[in-house]
Amino acid sequence: MNEQTLPIQGATCQGCARKIRTALLAVPGVSSAEVDLEQQTVTVSGSADRAALRDALTESGYAADDTEDAEADAAACHPAPQETRTGGAGPTQKESEHLLAITGATCASCVRTIESALSGVARVHDASMNLADRTARVAGNARPQALIDAVQAAGYGASVIDDEQQADQQREEQEHAHYRELIRHTVIGLAVGIPLMAWGLAGGTMMVTAGTASQWSWLAMGLITLGVLAWSGRHFFIGAWKAGRHHNANMDTLIALGTGAAWAYSMVVVLFPDWLPEAARHVYFEASAMIIGLINLGQALEMRARGKTSEAVRRLLDLGARTARVIRDGEERDIPVESVQAGDLLRVRPGEKIAVDGEVEEGESRLDESMLTGEPMPVSKTPGDTVSAGTVNDSGTLIYRATRVGRDTALAQIIALVKKAQGAKPPIGRLADRISAVFVPTILLIAVAAALAWYNLGPDPRIVHMMVAATTVLIIACPCALGLATPMSVMVGVGKAAEAGILIRQGEALQTAGDLDTIVLDKTGTITEGHPAVTGVHTIDSESESTVLTLAASLETGSEHPLARAILAAAEERGLRTETVTDFQAHNGKGVSARLDGTLLRLGNRRWLDQEGVAGGLEEQAEALGRDGATPLFLARDQQLLGVIGVADPIKQDSRAAIQRLHDLGLTVVMITGDVRTSAEAIARQAGVDKVLAEVLPEDKTREIQRLQGEGRKVAMVGDGINDAPALAQADVGFAIGTGTDVAIESAAITLMGGSLHGVADAMAISRATVRNIKQNLFGAFAYNTLGVPVAAGILYPFTGWLLSPVIAGAAMSLSSVTVVTNANRLRLFRPRDPSRDNEESRGES
Amino acid sequence: MTTWLINLGGLLLMALIVWWFWLSGRGPAKRAGDTPLDIVVDNGVYEPSVIQARAGQPLTLRFLRRDPSPCAEQVIFHDLGVSEFLDTGKATTITLTPRQPGKYRFTCQMQMYQGTLIVND
Repeated sequence: MNEQTLPIQGATCQGCARKIRTALLAVPGVSSAEVDLEQQTVTVSGSADRAALRDALTESGYAADDTEDAEADAAACHPAPQETRTGGAGPTQKESEHLLAITGATCASCVRTIESALSGVARVHDASMNLADRTARVAGNARPQALIDAVQAAGYGASVIDDEQQADQQREEQEHAHYRELIRHTVIGLAVGIPLMAWGLAGGTMMVTAGTASQWSWLAMGLITLGVLAWSGRHFFIGAWKAGRHHNANMDTLIALGTGAAWAYSMVVVLFPDWLPEAARHVYFEASAMIIGLINLGQALEMRARGKTSEAVRRLLDLGARTARVIRDGEERDIPVESVQAGDLLRVRPGEKIAVDGEVEEGESRLDESMLTGEPMPVSKTPGDTVSAGTVNDSGTLIYRATRVGRDTALAQIIALVKKAQGAKPPIGRLADRISAVFVPTILLIAVAAALAWYNLGPDPRIVHMMVAATTVLIIACPCALGLATPMSVMVGVGKAAEAGILIRQGEALQTAGDLDTIVLDKTGTITEGHPAVTGVHTIDSESESTVLTLAASLETGSEHPLARAILAAAEERGLRTETVTDFQAHNGKGVSARLDGTLLRLGNRRWLDQEGVAGGLEEQAEALGRDGATPLFLARDQQLLGVIGVADPIKQDSRAAIQRLHDLGLTVVMITGDVRTSAEAIARQAGVDKVLAEVLPEDKTREIQRLQGEGRKVAMVGDGINDAPALAQADVGFAIGTGTDVAIESAAITLMGGSLHGVADAMAISRATVRNIKQNLFGAFAYNTLGVPVAAGILYPFTGWLLSPVIAGAAMSLSSVTVVTNANRLRLFRPRDPSRDNEESRGES
Repeated sequence: MTTWLINLGGLLLMALIVWWFWLSGRGPAKRAGDTPLDIVVDNGVYEPSVIQARAGQPLTLRFLRRDPSPCAEQVIFHDLGVSEFLDTGKATTITLTPRQPGKYRFTCQMQMYQGTLIVND
C-alpha cells in the first residue's frame, strides 16, 4: 500500500472536504483519503493510480491545475464571496515560503544534494540552500513535513523555522487590512444614513403617499439602502445565517434582524402603502444604513483598542535577537537566530542581545536581565554561569555555548505561558460567561414580547411602535460588552504582570492574589539571600577551630545543602584538607552523619543530638550565634560534643521594604523555617515579619499552611518552587520565587522571575487593580444592558412618552464595547510600585 | 380576529426561538479519530461545531481561522484549561486529552463562537 499526495483547489470548508473524500473513496483501491484544507492537498492511501485519482478530483470540481480557476468551485460550496476574507490568506492563490534549518550539511556538494531533494518534492517551485547559516528557503505550496522527509531521505536533518516576528508582522498587516475594510463600510453606511437622517430632521417628510413621486424616490432609496446592507452589512447577515443554522445566535443575529426588520418594514410601506394605516406609512431606511455604519465604526474602534491590549506579548517578542554571531570551524559569522543549534558556540559583543539560552565559556561581563526578571541591577556573568535569550550584554564580550534554542528558551516559554494565561478566566467572570451563553436568544424573546406588548397595549399607529420597539431592543443589546469585560482586563493585567517579571499561570490566582490576608514566607532564599556563610566557630577546650571545621567539611563533602556549601567554602578559604568519610546519611531537617576512622560524626541541630544522646555544652556560645541571626550547627564525635559552627544567611537588601509594603496592603506576614527559634527570631526582627514558625520540618510546612487556612485565613506561600512545591500547592496562591530565569515555572500559580519580595506586593497590587477593572467593566456592561434593553422596549413611554430611536441604539451599542476595551486599556497605565518611594528606599539603604 | 392571530403568531415565534436555540439538538457530532480534525472558524461559527471524542485519548484539532475580526482570535476550552490564539489564514493545532467523559464547551473569548466537545467513555 502506498500513499500519495495530490494538490486540490477551492476547498474551503468541511463540506468540500467531505465531497472530495467521497469522490476519492469511490475510486477502486483507495483505502483512505485525508484532506488538508490549509495546504490544499489530499493524501490518499491505497493502490489506486494517480491518473484515476486526478480524474475523480476533476469530476468533484476540486482538482488543481496550473491555471488557477477555482473561483467557481469555491463559490459553490462557500456562499461567501471571496472579498469578505480580506487579508486572510486565501488557500487557493498565495504561494508560501518555508525556511528550514538543516543539520549535517558540511560541503558544497551537500548543498546540491539537498537542493535537488527539495526541488523534487511536489509543488516546490524553488529551493535554495545557504551553507553559511545552514538554512534552506523553499518556495511553493508543499507541506512542511514533505520537505523534512525529503531532506531526511537525502541523509540530512531538517526542521521548519517558525519566524514568530514575521508571523506577527503578517498578523498586523491583516488586522490593518480588516480595519480599513471596516472603515470603508462605515463610510458607506453613514454616507447614505446621514443625509437621510438630516432630511428627516430638517422637516422633510419620511412618509409615503401612494401614487406620488415620493413613492418612486423612496423606492430608489430603499434599493440604495439594500445595497448598503448587502455590501457593508453583509458579514452580519452571513454570520447570522450561519450561526442560526447551527442553532447559535450571536451579535450578528441581532444586527441582521434589527436592520433587516427596519428595511423590510420600510419596503412594505413603499410598495404597498395601502396595507397600512395612514399614520404608519413611515420609512426607516436611514435607521438601517446608520446602524450598519455605526456598528462597523464601533468594531473598527474596538479593533484599534484591542491591538494595544496585547502590547505586552509583542514587547516580549521584540526582546528576541534577530541574528546571532556563531563561531563554527574557527570562523565567526552572523546567522539568523532560528538556525542556531544547541551546542553552537556564540559570541556576544557589548550592547548586543543574548540570542539563545546558554552557558558562558569565556569572558566576563554584566547582563541586564530586567526585561525578564524585573530587577533593574545588571548581573555579572563569568564562565560557568547561565545566560538567557533576550537579555542585554553590557560592556564585556562573552563566548557562550547554546544549551536551549528556539521554543525551548526561557524567553519562548515565558511568551507561551503569558499568551496562555491571557486567555484564562478568573472566577469573577463566570457569571458573565453563563449569561453570555444565553444572552442573544433571550434578547430575541424580549424583542418579540415587547412587540406584542406594544400591539396589545400601545397607542396607534401600533404597527410602527411594534417595529421600532423590537428593532431598538435588538440593536441596543450588546453581548460584546458583557463578553469582553473579563477577557480584556485579564489580557492587560497578565501582560502588565509579565512586564514586572511576574508570571501568572492561572486565572484563579489572578483574582485570589488580591484577596489574601496572610502570607507565609520561606526564610532561606526568599527573605534571605540563600547563600549562607560561616560567621563563627566555637569549640570545646581540647579541640581547635581547624579540626572542627575540617571534620564538619569532611562530613558535608557530598552534600548540596546551602549550609553544607557554606561550611565547605569556609574550610576551603582557610586551606583545610577534607578527609574521606563513609556511610554518609542526611537526616531531613535534622542534620547529617557519617563514619570516619571508625567513629560516628554528626553535624546538626541541638534537638537531634539530644535525641541521639550526645552530651550537652557550648549553650551560651550557640545562643550568642543565634542572637546574631546565625544557625548554630553542633558537631559531635560519637557521644562527645566537639564544637558549634554558626552559619548565617544574610537577608536580601530589599526584603524589609517589601515586607513593609505587604503590611501596608493589610497582610499578616509569617516566616517559616527549619532553623532554631533564636536565629529565626533574629532574622524575623531584621526583616520585620509579624510571626515566626521556627523549627518546622520541610514536610510539616504543608500542615502549617493547612492550620492557617483552618483559622479561616486566605494564605499565600512564597518559596523556591522546588523544595516547597507541596506547600505552594496547598496555599490559596503559591508564589515561586527565583533568581534569574532558572525557576521551575510549572510549580506555582505565580512565578516571580526576580528574586525580590517586592514581586509579591507587585503581584497583589496588579491583581487588585485587574479585579477592580473587571468589576468596573462587568458593572458597566450589566448596567448598560439592564437599563438599555427596557428603555429600548419602551418602558419609559407610559411615564414620559419616550421611545428610543433605533439609530441612538446603534450608536450606544457601538460605544459600549469600545468603552469596555478602553477601560481595560487604562490598566496599562497602572504602576504597581511608586517609583519615587523606590528611590528613597535605595538611598536609605546605600 | 387579527389581534388574536398576531398574538398567537408572536407566542409561536417565541416558542420557536426557545425550541431552536435551546431545546433542539445542535446537529450531528463529528467524530474525531486518529487524524487531526479540521475546524473552520468563519462567519461566527465553528464548522464542525459539535465534536465527539473518546475519554483518555489524545485529540488533535486544527483550527483554520478565516474570519479576520478580532472576535475569532482566541479559542477557549472551558473546564479543560486550554486557550489558544488563532492566526488568520493559518492552521493552529491544539492537542488535548480529555480525561473525564462529559460535555465541554469551547468558545471564542466573547462566547459568540460556540462549540461543544462531547467526550464519551
